[in-house]
Amino acid sequence: MALLELRDVHTFYGNIHALKGVSLSVEQGEIVTLIGSNGAGKSTTLKTISGLLRPRMGEIWFDGQRIDGLRPDQVVARKITQAPEGRRVFPRMTVLENLEMGAFQRRDKDLNADYERVFSLFPRLRERRTQAGGTLSGGEQQMLAIARALMARPTLLLLDEPSMGLAPILVEQIFDIVKGINAQGTTVLLVEQNALMALGLASRGYILQTGEIVLTDVSARLADNPEVKKAYLGG
Amino acid sequence: MNIAAWFAKNTRAVIALVVVVAVLAVFGKSIPIWSGCTAALDRCADIVAIGVFQGMIVALVALGYTLVYGILQLINFANGSVFMLGSVGALFGVEIFGLTKDTPATTVILAFAVILPVTMLLTAGLNAGIERVAYRPLRRAPTLATLISAIGMDFILQNVGQVLIGPSPVSLPSLLPTTNIITEPFVIKVSHVFVTAITVPLLIGLMWFVQATRQGKAMRATAQDREAAGLMGIDVNRTISLTFLLAGALAGGAGVIVALYNGSAWWQYGFSYGLLAFTAAVFGGIGNLLGAAVGGIFLGVLISLNAFYVDPRWQDVVVFGILVVVLVFRPTGLFAAKQSERA
Repeated sequence: MALLELRDVHTFYGNIHALKGVSLSVEQGEIVTLIGSNGAGKSTTLKTISGLLRPRMGEIWFDGQRIDGLRPDQVVARKITQAPEGRRVFPRMTVLENLEMGAFQRRDKDLNADYERVFSLFPRLRERRTQAGGTLSGGEQQMLAIARALMARPTLLLLDEPSMGLAPILVEQIFDIVKGINAQGTTVLLVEQNALMALGLASRGYILQTGEIVLTDVSARLADNPEVKKAYLGG
Repeated sequence: MNIAAWFAKNTRAVIALVVVVAVLAVFGKSIPIWSGCTAALDRCADIVAIGVFQGMIVALVALGYTLVYGILQLINFANGSVFMLGSVGALFGVEIFGLTKDTPATTVILAFAVILPVTMLLTAGLNAGIERVAYRPLRRAPTLATLISAIGMDFILQNVGQVLIGPSPVSLPSLLPTTNIITEPFVIKVSHVFVTAITVPLLIGLMWFVQATRQGKAMRATAQDREAAGLMGIDVNRTISLTFLLAGALAGGAGVIVALYNGSAWWQYGFSYGLLAFTAAVFGGIGNLLGAAVGGIFLGVLISLNAFYVDPRWQDVVVFGILVVVLVFRPTGLFAAKQSERA
């Protein structure tokens, strides 16, 4: 049974039908990517999983339990966390406080091992730990957003466009780190516009177009598909 | 940093300072506060001291406005009336305990050790209830709708106040001794110590709570990015309720203090103190806790000087005048530039 499964999910913004029956599944231990152009509904899918948006129809199952209709904090309690689009770090809190917020629901108060883990993944954050989130560079903020999402020790990590606005070398670095996080046992659902890199990292992919899944396959075959090449891989 | 660079950076402040000094030098004699204060410094010190104590009460109410604004970007107009109901709570408490001016001091202190926390609990619950009933259902509506709802709640509570204690001010027995504790360099009375003993721990306690505790940090996170706070696993609605509980408790506490300090309770206190406190919050940069506290004390001193050297009837003109000047020249408030923490 899949770790995460969306069954025919419909989400609306007011009267705008943003997700028109999205079905997808993520197996334990996988990296799965969701590819699509601007406005295809990629972020909407993640927001619906996280409980920021309520689906009007359809079901979301995680680890054998239905989670659609739960509040965002209840979804986090199920060990699903998200590094949202645009990073959304708390600008007037320090790096350490941001990380502490990521661990908000942790009842065991010993966060030192977790700090060590994220600082070894992102050494830059250790140097910046007393600095306010708003004063970090874009790349550092992205690192903080991912590190913060790891502090809850998630089973499933949702990443929304971690490459956005970053220099290519930094993107590669971040993708390497995501690979490492996955190797340590966290399942990853990655939303990307940078299809080439995302398919290089993920084992499987879904192509989302105007709120519908139009294609799904293992990454290698998606990358070879002429339609996909034309639309998302620049020829 | 060298002097030229410092000057270049602070040109506007330096020019403002020069203008103020020049105006005082030329017109000082015709500005009553300035001429009065320079003529008799010791008396001026007394008046400033009284202002500081009044200002601490204003600061408590101002913190309520600023806390709620920080988290919802909403001016909770009902905050002034919650404060007023705090003074009504003190009045009822005095009646229940049967306190008179002849009651021994220890009994009075013990009675208020009950009255103050009970009133604060009630006003905290009331404020959180207002949020639940009048603001939360409008969370996705335009801000203006919530604002109108807040004004409506204010009117309702003012009328509740009138129903409870009638349309005129009601006197409390004078429970606080008016004895002077010290007279030099300025007069401090027992009542001033009472005000300080309650307000200062509340102010410091609140700052500590918001800065250092888990729930306080959740409040700051929610204020800075509500959606991201939800993604961290923070229950956003509970955090907003908590903010209203704190604001209501502070307002109720201030109401009890005012009832004792002024020796009366009145349904119109909500408006007069509410206006002062709101101005203080804007003055200090709304959303900024320290700014609200400093703004409250500044306004307290100002109205005290105004009452003695000019005319208490000019108070609203002075307060509104400051509000207008701040909004025109520095709409983000005095502390906005180097504000450290919002809640």
